[in-house]
Amino acid sequence: MSYVWTIAEQSKGKLREVSFELLSRGRKLADKMDTKLCSVLMGSNVSDEALQELIHRGADEVYFIDDPRLENFIVETHSNVLSDLIKQYQPHSILAAATSSGRTLMPYVAIQVSTGLTADCTELDIEDGTFHLLQTRPAIGGNIMATIKTPNHSPQMATVRPKSSRPLAADTSREGKIVRLELKDELVDDRVKMVGFRKDVEEFVNIEEAEVVVAGGKGMKKVENFALLRDLAKHFDGVLGASRDAVDRGWLPYPHQIGLSGKTVSPKLYICAGISGSIQHLAGIKTSEFIVAINQDQDANIFQLADFGIVGNLFEVIPKLNERLEAYKKEGK
Amino acid sequence: MNIIIPIKQVPETSNVKMDKETGTMIREGVVSVINPLDLYAIEAGIQLKEQFGGKVTVCTMGPQTATKALKEAIAMGCDEGILISDRKFAGADTWATSYTLSQAIKTIGEYDLILAGERATDGDTGQVGPGIAAWLGIPLATYVSKIDEINNEAITVERLVEDGYQILEMPLPALLTVVKEISNPRLPTLRGKKKARVTEVPSLSAADLNMEESYIGLKGSPTKVVKIGYPKVTRGGKLVKALGEEGVNEAIDELMKFLEDKELI
Ligand SMILES: Cc1cc2nc3c(=O)[nH]c(=O)nc-3n(C[C@H](O)[C@H](O)[C@H](O)COP(=O)(O)OP(=O)(O)OC[C@H]3O[C@@H](n4cnc5c(N)ncnc54)[C@H](O)[C@@H]3O)c2cc1C
Ligand SMILES: Nc1ncnc2c1ncn2[C@@H]1O[C@H](COP(=O)(O)O)[C@@H](O)[C@H]1O
Repeated sequence: MSYVWTIAEQSKGKLREVSFELLSRGRKLADKMDTKLCSVLMGSNVSDEALQELIHRGADEVYFIDDPRLENFIVETHSNVLSDLIKQYQPHSILAAATSSGRTLMPYVAIQVSTGLTADCTELDIEDGTFHLLQTRPAIGGNIMATIKTPNHSPQMATVRPKSSRPLAADTSREGKIVRLELKDELVDDRVKMVGFRKDVEEFVNIEEAEVVVAGGKGMKKVENFALLRDLAKHFDGVLGASRDAVDRGWLPYPHQIGLSGKTVSPKLYICAGISGSIQHLAGIKTSEFIVAINQDQDANIFQLADFGIVGNLFEVIPKLNERLEAYKKEGK
Repeated sequence: MNIIIPIKQVPETSNVKMDKETGTMIREGVVSVINPLDLYAIEAGIQLKEQFGGKVTVCTMGPQTATKALKEAIAMGCDEGILISDRKFAGADTWATSYTLSQAIKTIGEYDLILAGERATDGDTGQVGPGIAAWLGIPLATYVSKIDEINNEAITVERLVEDGYQILEMPLPALLTVVKEISNPRLPTLRGKKKARVTEVPSLSAADLNMEESYIGLKGSPTKVVKIGYPKVTRGGKLVKALGEEGVNEAIDELMKFLEDKELI
């Protein structure tokens, strides 16, 4: 049986958490088919310990293509490398993260190696008998769940949302093979050059990969009031999000926008205040594990999706909540 | 500067019906609009034309009724619309769609830039833009939030990624998929609407486009929908009222307990 592959991601030589989340998904599939799980990493300057960690978190093998020219994600070169590996090793299936790079790399590779790709899967399984990868994903703003397969092409490929699965605990007794591969010069496409990186946005945060997101909407009334949410977020080591109305008012920059025309988040905890819960907003938070909503309108749509809702004035509730969380931390209760 | 913008017509409401057999959408009886995220691409294209001259062509693969979306784009300020329509294209997944669109774009002719939306709000994959670039073999930048510089040969763009903005420089022609930050879509003008009414929108079929038939439509699609499920929308969560000081305190008591139970604090 050919292998299951996951695409690990690195940034400045450090593995990103999503690499381990993919391995926990891949482990289940590989076990079901009684085959091996291999983590593929393209990058540069990644330490041996980091590569070992991929093994400890579930991989049987690691293919590391190590070259400074792979340090930054440039889709053309990364696709050439992955397509070349696919042709050589013929994996059964490949899982990548639904990140800005995964969502760019995989559709490109799908064309290069002529196979199907399913975006943003929330569930993956192997069909008994056929060993087809069953890929389940929300579509149409989360109104339906479609199960998709790729019966006549290989490999079978899917992207998976960050935070939609938990990494396996590191098992340091696991052993595996680390294969270092050279970047072939002919695979380097140097038409696109990275000439800079800008991070000057105040508190630039990666809300798609955050464990806790605290979001505010039009009900926050003015930008100063986001201090309340900032304090609340601090108690959870969380990050700030916003509805489109809040972003359009300039209360937070666009990278914080959650929903149809913004980001999709899948945190463990999503807390929102002064957000009505429009269909477009809900589309971006449906895959959150727990949702807590504070809104003064008991008929607000957000309560449809909330696991815990407080009907009340956020300006009374949140300051008190912050006090309580502060006290909780101090007293440990 | 010649710009091509592939746009998609999508159902306006979220109340779409599905064909249980093919797992594709039933489009009859649903109001259709331009994919809202494509409006940012259209606006960015029109602004480039206003600055540098040239022409903006919108194209869409869809049924005859998708002509309406093309006309709306022309009313906003695009110059031409091309409908790519054939029963044989029906049921295409992103692989077959990007093949079909790339063949159409080759037929449309010379271009400097292709601008696509980040994703369509119905299929919600964001795979068609990168797919077109791969078929055409032209440089690609996804999630573009800003064009820093552009001339006849090259373009420098900012790409919104998880931890900031990657700045990329590439030769033209290239394909960009854009995010909301790139522009603020204008409304159609009266003059634009008049122009749209009189502009002919040609329709190209599979035969017009030199298509490899085994690459198009449902048959040419590697992925198959095998099951559709309807998840329940409501979570049936707990709702507490926080009225008056005591009410607020009680509500917070319950919330703290909830957070503790779920190991969130
Ligand atoms: C194509 C398209 C794409 C869109 N994409 C997005 C998207 O990506 N993300 C998004 O969020 N929206 C999006 N929208 C917009 C969406 O339809 C809503 O307009 C928007 O989500 C509303 O934001 P809001 O909930 O902050 O504001 P409102 O709907 O105005 O809600 C404010 C809420 O605050 C509550 N409130 C007010 N004061 C208080 C108080 N003192 N205490 C407690 N509660 C209070 C009110 O009861 C109300 O429910 C999109 C729309 C379209 C058409
Ligand atoms: N049928 C289509 N016709 C023209 N353009 C399309 C079509 N489908 C998708 N696109 C383009 O590809 C982008 C991404 O769509 P998707 O991959 O379906 O999420 C859209 O925003 C459009 O720019």
